Amino acid sequence: MQQQAFSKKDAAWLGFLALLALLPLAPVMEANSFHMHVLILILLFASMAQAWNIIGGYCGQVSFGHSVFFGIGAYGAGMAVVTYGGAPWPGILIGMALAGAVAVVISYPCFKLSGHYFAIATFAIVEIFNRSFLVWDWVNGALGLDYPVIEEGLHNLMWYDSKTAYYYCALVLFLLIFGMVRWLEAHRFGYYMRAVREGQETAESLGVNSTAVKLTAMALSATLTALCGAFFAQYNLRVDSPMVMSLDMSMKFVLITVMGGSGTLLGPLLGAAVLIPLQEYTRAFWGGLGGGVDLIIFGLLIILIVVKQPAGMVGIINDVRKRLARRKDPAKGGETHGAP
Amino acid sequence: MALLEVREVTMKFGELVANDRVSFSVEPGAIVGLIGPNGAGKTTLFNCISGLYRPTGGSILFDGKDITGLTPYAIARRGAVRTFQVVRPLKEMTVFDNVLVGAFLNCRDHREAFTRAAECIALCQLEPLQRKPAGELPIGGKKRLEMARALATRPKLLMLDEVMAGLTSTEVKASVEVILKLRESGITLMIVEHVMEGIMPIADKIVVLDGGLKIAEDAPGRIVSDERVIEAYLGAKYSRRFKAREEGAPLG
Repeated sequence: MQQQAFSKKDAAWLGFLALLALLPLAPVMEANSFHMHVLILILLFASMAQAWNIIGGYCGQVSFGHSVFFGIGAYGAGMAVVTYGGAPWPGILIGMALAGAVAVVISYPCFKLSGHYFAIATFAIVEIFNRSFLVWDWVNGALGLDYPVIEEGLHNLMWYDSKTAYYYCALVLFLLIFGMVRWLEAHRFGYYMRAVREGQETAESLGVNSTAVKLTAMALSATLTALCGAFFAQYNLRVDSPMVMSLDMSMKFVLITVMGGSGTLLGPLLGAAVLIPLQEYTRAFWGGLGGGVDLIIFGLLIILIVVKQPAGMVGIINDVRKRLARRKDPAKGGETHGAP
Repeated sequence: MALLEVREVTMKFGELVANDRVSFSVEPGAIVGLIGPNGAGKTTLFNCISGLYRPTGGSILFDGKDITGLTPYAIARRGAVRTFQVVRPLKEMTVFDNVLVGAFLNCRDHREAFTRAAECIALCQLEPLQRKPAGELPIGGKKRLEMARALATRPKLLMLDEVMAGLTSTEVKASVEVILKLRESGITLMIVEHVMEGIMPIADKIVVLDGGLKIAEDAPGRIVSDERVIEAYLGAKYSRRFKAREEGAPLG
């Protein structure tokens, strides 16, 4: 679709963001309520899925390895606070840089593999990192990192009594990543990513260095994922390998995006808005069943989506819109221009 | 100096020799037609020039520099851009976005690229289709899209691989007009084509391949009466009949 610098859609997005910014003022959103917790997670997971969407959706390279980058970011923040007793910020930056570097080193050989082999290779990498971090003393192995009680505030990116500050941090994260992807959508690199997804040889025949595009997309995606990981650590005040570097976590990046609509700006938000409340509320209400109820429902929803509408919820919305347009003006059949 | 110089290019696939020491040159501003029966090695030669294959032997010079064995994107960046005989639309992107990908190559910012894409869309008569996903176009539209997309890169040399095949004669006429407009704008063209009514009237030079070998290189007017060419296309029998008619003509 023809992208403009600023469209009606962007205006809608801005309105939506303003609404999100005012939301904590609503009476149901008490500073420490469960609803607030769910909202924070929706924003966080939408941001994570959007970061994944850069390489997995727009560039078409499905990665099951994103929990590695998420974990590196989380450990970056955690080690800065727990091991070195400082503020998390330098650790966050180092974690992001490291995640980007690891992403390039891992993907360079993997991009030589075509199609599904890339996805399979990334699977293996998660296990390697997960197990190594469990036995690595420097990162405190299986014990993980437990945050000490230190002064709260933005300089330590940590609050105890109120979730409102975390909510605004999550909103900034969301704004940053969604804004970046929106910008990419309208510019050269965004078009090149989609061209590489749709046909690598065609893209190359038009002067696109597809390997460079994929590596850059992967590095950017990993860096942003690490930032999300750091926020996750600061929010939970704890980091351990199974929590951040598991295959479970990797799957969430993929499932949320696919559920919402991969390769679209809105998709990751829609996916997170459906799957995260599902996950948190089932955990809260049916936690006694031994956990995993959310994953069962997750699975069923994904099967439904993939079978019925592979373009995800965004695809469903577009279908409905087309049908409505057709009902309004049956002569035109939903298409807005009359091609001969 | 020639814009493109193909020197003794040989391409082997195992025992099969698809191109056998083919040499010719393309002068700046010219339209050069590359013809030959099916399997003559035309598309293979295109693939060698555009970097999809690395030739087994010989060298290719573009703009005075050796480009043999460079990657396809490096060759495209130097200004030699091709289309594909078997069309390759970026299916889920719109027609406009397809052309825009090409336009980004030599445009500084996206504003300039949008303008360039719109120009090429108009030139290739794709305006009514521009918002459709490229995968949904009819074949004529897909062929024009191949051309618009390559054109959008502002190439010095545009290599068209059978853009007229499968088109109606009205569509062929339209393509011919577009090609002539391109030459006026200073683009050099090399065209693989089976549709003779399309290529013969506009080419400055025709190169004929048969069985991987170059069998003729001449102006179109002389190519049609070249014995080897007729033999390649129609067989020896017709070639003899044609010759007899030529010789007998003054008497009758």
